[in-house]
Amino acid sequence: MNRRQYDVIVVGGGHAGCEAAAAAARVGAHVALVSMRRDMIGAMSCNPAIGGLGKGHLVREVDAFDGLIGRAADAAAIHYRMLNRSKGAAVRGPRVQADRKLYRDAIHRLIGEQGNLNIVEAEATALRLADNGAIVTGLVIDRGAEELAARAVVLATGTFLGAKLHFGMENHAGGRAGERAATELAKQLCDAELPMARLKTGTPPRLDGRTIDWAGLERQESDPDGWTMSPATATRCNPQLFCAITRTNGTTHEIIRGALDRSPLFSGEIEGQGPRYCPSIEDKIHRFGDRDGHQIFLEPEGLDDPLVYPNGISTSLPADVQLAFLRTISGLERVEIARPGYAVEYDHVDPRILGHDLGVRTMAGLYLAGQINGTTGYEEAAAQGLVAGINAARLALGDARATLRRDQSYIGVMIDDLVLQGVTEPYRMLTARAEYRLRLRSDNATGRLTGIANQWGCLGPERRRAAEAHIDARDRALTAMTEPVRAELAAHAGVAVGQHRETRSLAEWLALPCDGAASARRMAPGLDGIAESALEEAIEDTRYKPYLERQAGEIARLRSDEAVRIPETLDFATIPGLSNEMVERLTRAQPATLDEASRIRGITPAALAAILVHARKRAA
Amino acid sequence: MSDDTIFALSTGGLPSAIAVLRMSGPQAGETVSTLAGALPAPRTASLRLLRDPGTGEPVDRALVLWFPGPETATGEDVAEFHIHGSRAVAARLRETLGAMAGLRAAEAGEFTRRAFLNGRMDLAAAEGLGDLLEAETEAQRRHALRVAEGGLGAKIGEWRDRLLGAEARLEAVLNFSDEGDVDESDEKFALELAKSVQCEMRAMLDAPPAERLRDGVRVVLAGPPNAGKSTLFNALVAREAAIVSPTAGTTRDVIEAPVDMAGIPMVLCDTAGLRLAGDDIEEEGVRRARDLLNRADIVLWLGAAGEAPQHDRVIELAAKADIDSAERDEGVLALSAVSGEGMAALRDELVRMARDLLPGAGEYALNARHRDIVRQAAGILAQAESGDWILLSETLRQARRVLDRLTGESGVEDMLDALFGRFCIGK
Repeated sequence: MNRRQYDVIVVGGGHAGCEAAAAAARVGAHVALVSMRRDMIGAMSCNPAIGGLGKGHLVREVDAFDGLIGRAADAAAIHYRMLNRSKGAAVRGPRVQADRKLYRDAIHRLIGEQGNLNIVEAEATALRLADNGAIVTGLVIDRGAEELAARAVVLATGTFLGAKLHFGMENHAGGRAGERAATELAKQLCDAELPMARLKTGTPPRLDGRTIDWAGLERQESDPDGWTMSPATATRCNPQLFCAITRTNGTTHEIIRGALDRSPLFSGEIEGQGPRYCPSIEDKIHRFGDRDGHQIFLEPEGLDDPLVYPNGISTSLPADVQLAFLRTISGLERVEIARPGYAVEYDHVDPRILGHDLGVRTMAGLYLAGQINGTTGYEEAAAQGLVAGINAARLALGDARATLRRDQSYIGVMIDDLVLQGVTEPYRMLTARAEYRLRLRSDNATGRLTGIANQWGCLGPERRRAAEAHIDARDRALTAMTEPVRAELAAHAGVAVGQHRETRSLAEWLALPCDGAASARRMAPGLDGIAESALEEAIEDTRYKPYLERQAGEIARLRSDEAVRIPETLDFATIPGLSNEMVERLTRAQPATLDEASRIRGITPAALAAILVHARKRAA
Repeated sequence: MSDDTIFALSTGGLPSAIAVLRMSGPQAGETVSTLAGALPAPRTASLRLLRDPGTGEPVDRALVLWFPGPETATGEDVAEFHIHGSRAVAARLRETLGAMAGLRAAEAGEFTRRAFLNGRMDLAAAEGLGDLLEAETEAQRRHALRVAEGGLGAKIGEWRDRLLGAEARLEAVLNFSDEGDVDESDEKFALELAKSVQCEMRAMLDAPPAERLRDGVRVVLAGPPNAGKSTLFNALVAREAAIVSPTAGTTRDVIEAPVDMAGIPMVLCDTAGLRLAGDDIEEEGVRRARDLLNRADIVLWLGAAGEAPQHDRVIELAAKADIDSAERDEGVLALSAVSGEGMAALRDELVRMARDLLPGAGEYALNARHRDIVRQAAGILAQAESGDWILLSETLRQARRVLDRLTGESGVEDMLDALFGRFCIGK
C-alpha cells in the first residue's frame, strides 16, 4: 500500500480544519489537509457573516496568531458593521458580510501560499491506531486505498459525522446539502467508546435576490469608517453592499402554525438538542406566541451572486410551506426560493474527553476541533482549529502543550467551557461567558496575544514587526495618559470639563464625555505619530483600569489554584462528602487542577477543600 | 494566597462554656489591636475586654491569643478569641468582625484549605474534614435553606432572581442587539433595580437581628403578691438584685436580670404583684407587669393552679414548698427557693423550653452568613452607575455571584436561561 509520511494530518476543510492545517504548518510541521472535495475547502455553509458579538473577538484573537479567518473575511467583505458601537469597547463586535466565492478564494490562496501544507483530496475512512487504540499513528483514506502516517491527527469533520438532513418530513443521511456524510469514521469513533451525543442545527431557505422588492425595505449600510477585521489588511478591497431588514407578521405566523404537524421538530423526528439562541422560526412562533413579528435580516451572499440569506428564519418545514410564509412578508411578496431551508442532526463528541490542548486524553495524538466538539459557528471552529493545529504540531515536533487561559482570551474561555462543562446545546461564543471580558476586548487582541503567538512561533517576521510596532505605539500612548493638561485646553479639545478648572492628567480628562481619540490628540500633541488604533486601545485600557485592578486579585487566586494539580488517577467517588452529582461531573471533566475543578458547575468551596486534601494525600 | 482575612467559630455548637473564634489572614493582628487594644505577646493568653470598634460598646471579656505567621496552623497570621460560649456573645462578635473591611466569615473547609496550601497541615489532621463536608453537601445546604424560608434565605433568593432578570435584560442587548427583538430601554430598569435591591438590603441589615438572641429569652415571674416571686427571682439570679421583703406589694417596679443558664441567654423579670392597685405607684407597677407579660417568652406562675395568665409557655409553680404543705395539683412544680426543693427541675424545664425557642445552631450560623453576604452584595450594588452598560452588567453579576455563595453557583448558564426564556433571540 502507498504510504505517505507527515507530521500532522488534518481531516476536514472547513473553518476548523483550514485553520488547524495552516497553524500547524506555520509553527513548522509538515501537514496534510484531507478533504473529500478540494473545491469545497473554505466553504461557508451557513450564513454569510463572519464576526459579531463574542464571535468578532474570536476572529481578532485567531488573527493575532496570524490565522486565516480575519484576513479571508477582509478579502471577502462586502459589508462591515461594528455592533454595540455605543455600549463600551469590551462588548463591541466587528462583523462583516462575506462574499462566499471571494471567501473561498481567499482561503484557497492563503492555504496555497502556506509552505509545508499539502491538500489530499480523499475520504478519511479510518484512523490508524496502535497500542490498543491508545496512540494514533495515521489515517486510512479512500477505504484502504492509501494510508497517511503522522504522529498527530486533527479531526475537524463538522456535521459530517452521522449527519441526517431534514427537509420537512423527509430525511436522509448527509453533511451539507448535496455532500456525503462521513459515516465510516463516525462508526470507528463510536467503537472507540468516545462518548457521543446528538445535536441539531438549521438553516433558512436561500432566496433569489432578484425577486425581492428592495425599494420598500429599511436599509442597513456598511460602516463608513474604514475599519478592518485584521490589522494586516491595509484597506477594504471590495465594493460595499447594503443589507435590508424586514419582519414576519400575523399572516406569516398563521401559515407556520397551521403546518407545525409537518415540521420534524414538532413531530418528534428530530431528537437532537437545538440551540436556545438560534431557534427555528417554527420554534419562535411556538414559544413566543404573543409576538406579532420577528425581525429578518436580508444578507447578500455575494457581489455577483443573486442569493440572499434571510437571517432569522431557519426552518425545517416542507418547501411549499416555506414559500407560502415567505410571500406574506413585506418585500418578499414575489420571492422565489433558490434552495429550501433544512435542519441537520449530527453527532458530536462530548468535549469533556479533551484536554485544554483539544487532544483526546485517552488517545495520544488525536485532536478534535470545531462542530465535532459540539460548537456552532465559523469563528468558534476557527479558534479551536488554531489551538488543535498548534498542539498537534507541537506534539509531532516534540514540544510541550500550548494552552490559553480564561483571563487571556475568549479562545481560552471557550475551550475551558467545552472541556470542563461539556455542551447541552451547540456552543456559541457570547461575551457574557467571559468573566474577564473587560480586559478581553476585540480591539486589544494584538496587544494581549502577540507575546504568546510569538513564543509559539506563529508569526512571520512581517506580522511580528507590525504587531510589535503597534504595541510600542500603544505603550507610548499609555505613557502620555499621565501628562498634565490644563482645563482650558481640555475644554478647547471638546472635553465636557464642567466645573473643573484645575490641571488634570490626560487620562482624567478623557474619562469625561469627549470626542475620544480626537480630543486626546488636541490635548497632547505628543500623540501625533501614534496610529489611531493604538491610541484608542490605550484610551480604553485607561478607562477600564480601575475595574481591571479589582479583578487582578481574583486572577491571582486563580493562578494559585492552578498550581494545585489533581492526579489523573484520583477517583472522585472515594472522596467523602461529595454528592453523586459532583462525582459524576468531576469524573467526566477530569479537572487537571484545583482551579479547573472550581469552575465545574455545582462544586462548592467545601468540596474543593476535600478534593485538595485528597489530591495532596495522593501526592504524599 | 487570598487577601481576605477569614474567621469562624472553631468550637462546636452553642451554647457551651467557652467558644473559640479563630481568625486567619493578613489582618488578624490589626483586628486584635482594634478590638482588644495592643497586640498581646505572641502565643500568650491574655485577658482583654473586646469592644465593638464602631460603637465602643463592650462585646465580651475574652482570652486573646496572637500567633504571627508563618509558624501557625494555617501558615498565615492567626488570632483566637476565647469568649463566653453563649449564642448572643458569639453572634455579636461575629457581626462585629463581619462589619470590618477585609474580613469575612470563612467558607466551610477554608482554614484547612489554607493550611494545606501553605503546607501546614498533615494528612491525618485533614481526615477530619470528611465530617465537615458531610454537613456541607448540597442536600443539607438546601435543607438549611428551606429551614430559613420565609426569612432572610427566601429574601436572598428573591434578590438574586431579580438581579438575574436585570442582568439578562442587559446581556440580551449586549450579546444579541444585532439579531433579536431586544429592548434598548433596559439600562434605566437595571439601575433602578440595583438601587431598590440595595435599599432593601440596607434596611434588612439595619433591622435588629433576632432579638431573642441578642437580649435573651424573657422569663417573667408572675403571681399574686407575696407568692414568693422575688425570693425565687433571687434564687435564680443567685444574687440580691430585687428588694425582697415579706410585705405584699414591695416590688413595685419591674426588675430585670440577665442570666446565663446552661449557656442560654435569659432575662429574668420580676413583676409587681398582680392585684388591684392601692396607690398610684402600685398602679404603674401593675401596668408594667401586664406589659411585661405580653412580651414574655416564658411565664413562671406562682399563683393559684389554673389561674395563670393566658400564655403559650407557662410553668405553674407551687412556691414556698418548705412552709406550704397544701396538697399539690398535677402539672404544678413544687418548689422552695429556701430549701432548694424543685429548683433543679425548674432549671431543666426552663432550659428545655428556651432551647425550643432559640433557632438551632445550624440555622443561626446560616443567618450570620446571610448577613455577611448581604452586606457585601449591597456594597457592590452601591457602585452601579449609568453610562457603560458593560460595567453596569458586571456590577450586577458581581453582586449576584456574592449571593450565589449561599445558594450555590448559578453561573452563566442560569443567566442565559433567564435570557432565552424571556427574549426571542436568534437568527
